[in-house]
Amino acid sequence: MDYLINLSILFSIYGILAISLNLLIGYTGLVSLAQAAFYGIGAYAAALLMTKAHMGFFPAMLCGMGLSACAALVIGMVLSKFRGDYYMIASAGCTMIVYNVLMSWREVTNGAIGIFGVPRPAIGDFVFTSNLAFLGLAAAFLVLVMLAAHLIASSSFGRVLKTIREDEDVARIFGYRPLHYKMLIFVISAMMASMAGSLFAVYLMFIDPSTFKLVENVFLLAIIILGGLADNRGALLGTLILIGLPELLRFTGFPTEIAAQMQKVIYGLLLIVLMFLRPQGILGKFRI
Amino acid sequence: MSALATDCLCKNFLGVQALRELSIEFAEGQCTGLIGPNGSGKSTLLHVASGLVPMSDGAIILSKQRLHCIKPHQILKYGMSRTFQDGRLIGQMSVLDNLLLAMAERKPFRALFQFRKNEDLARAEEMLRRVSLWDKKDVLANGLSYGQRKLLEITRAMATGADTYLLDEPFSGLFPEAIEIIAGLIEDMKKKGKTIVLIEHSMDLITRLCDHVIVMDAGKLLAQGKPQEVLHNADVLEAYLGK
Ligand SMILES: Nc1ncnc2c1ncn2[C@@H]1O[C@H](COP(=O)(O)OP(=O)(O)O)[C@@H](O)[C@H]1O
Ligand SMILES: [Mg+2]
Repeated sequence: MDYLINLSILFSIYGILAISLNLLIGYTGLVSLAQAAFYGIGAYAAALLMTKAHMGFFPAMLCGMGLSACAALVIGMVLSKFRGDYYMIASAGCTMIVYNVLMSWREVTNGAIGIFGVPRPAIGDFVFTSNLAFLGLAAAFLVLVMLAAHLIASSSFGRVLKTIREDEDVARIFGYRPLHYKMLIFVISAMMASMAGSLFAVYLMFIDPSTFKLVENVFLLAIIILGGLADNRGALLGTLILIGLPELLRFTGFPTEIAAQMQKVIYGLLLIVLMFLRPQGILGKFRI
Repeated sequence: MSALATDCLCKNFLGVQALRELSIEFAEGQCTGLIGPNGSGKSTLLHVASGLVPMSDGAIILSKQRLHCIKPHQILKYGMSRTFQDGRLIGQMSVLDNLLLAMAERKPFRALFQFRKNEDLARAEEMLRRVSLWDKKDVLANGLSYGQRKLLEITRAMATGADTYLLDEPFSGLFPEAIEIIAGLIEDMKKKGKTIVLIEHSMDLITRLCDHVIVMDAGKLLAQGKPQEVLHNADVLEAYLGK
């Protein structure tokens, strides 16, 4: 039972990440590989503020979101100079920079060793110590993010994002300024990813830089491409499949090392088959 | 009074002079036909006037201001809207959303908190019914036929409520029924006192809709005047027929 609860917590955290990335890639056509950077900033902000400054979880999470928003403003401005493949490469660079800062700024981040003893969140006297209680919290945040993403997608703002994704010139001719829209959605998305990072830090009660590597972005990309671009339910479906699948493999009776390798092969095969059958993903409304 | 004018406007693409010292005026409240053989620079003129392509030299005069650099997002503030020759609908968005794009909030923060407004929807319904696209409102623009796309393209430009419309071959490739609908839309715009720049090859439509005609050839002004006069001008016939 506790096993299922743990899995559901991971699902909630990755669900938030997937939805945040889908706003960028699916709705706006910005194929960003910088999401793990904001995920990391959120995680480290919460872990550091809670262990060193003894801040509560919620203010620490808000600080992390603020920090991510500022970082997103700068990174977004830089990335706005790039298009297409170059955008992807430059954004990947951002993740690598943040990863390296986390690794080498030892006085603050403790380098590769990571940060231990991050406390669980508390509201008043109630501490989310049990995983079941924590699942409630994580799920609540997931619902909040889903709601926000749904509102964004169905607002006039969302319509402009879809326009930018296809034809920025048309957006301009009709009086919109694509740069402003891209910056705002980049910041919003970074804040969501940061939120997921803070949740991750207090869930494991320990973090190290290895979670925030470049490959994390590839995993997130696989989730939303599988589930379907430009569809929030698709992002969740993709999360469910890619979080759940490796667990299913555990029950096949293969030794763990082989099962772990098989997982990756199966991810790869799944994506290739899907690209042939349905390039827009299972529930997707848009193809890159 | 001119709604839009050019002064010695030049546009060079690598090696190609698409506009050569072009000085013309489009009178306010009139429908001006812009004709000329393929490649004479008509579309380029609209691209430069709407800021999508930077000018090489000269100026554009809009609302009495001489402009050397036009930003596309500002043309609506100058009261100008346009259509594209190749049709630039947002293919993966519904017909209704394509139209609402021309009406909704432009500022990003406000747009976040704006959902489909009833008055916009009512206006969109009226406009879409006019071009028989209301029952297609939830279809993706990609799913429309060529003719329907052309109809939506011009309807979308009109939905901005601009004063000046630059229409790049809105009739090309259409069946007579659709041509009648679009001609009707243009006649209505004229009645409302809108300024129209109409690129079109059919002399019948030009004579029927335009108050004035400007003929371009190889990026230059070749002739201009009332439709009947211009269409019998020897130079114009030569440019078109290559005699
Ligand atoms: N983006 C471009 N790059 C290079 N040459 C161009 C470009 N756009 C147009 N041209 C050239 O400019 C000239 C005018 O083209 P255009 O304005 O499309 O003519 P029209 O609309 O009158 O048929 C043509 O010779 C065309 O090849
Ligand atoms: Mg043309």
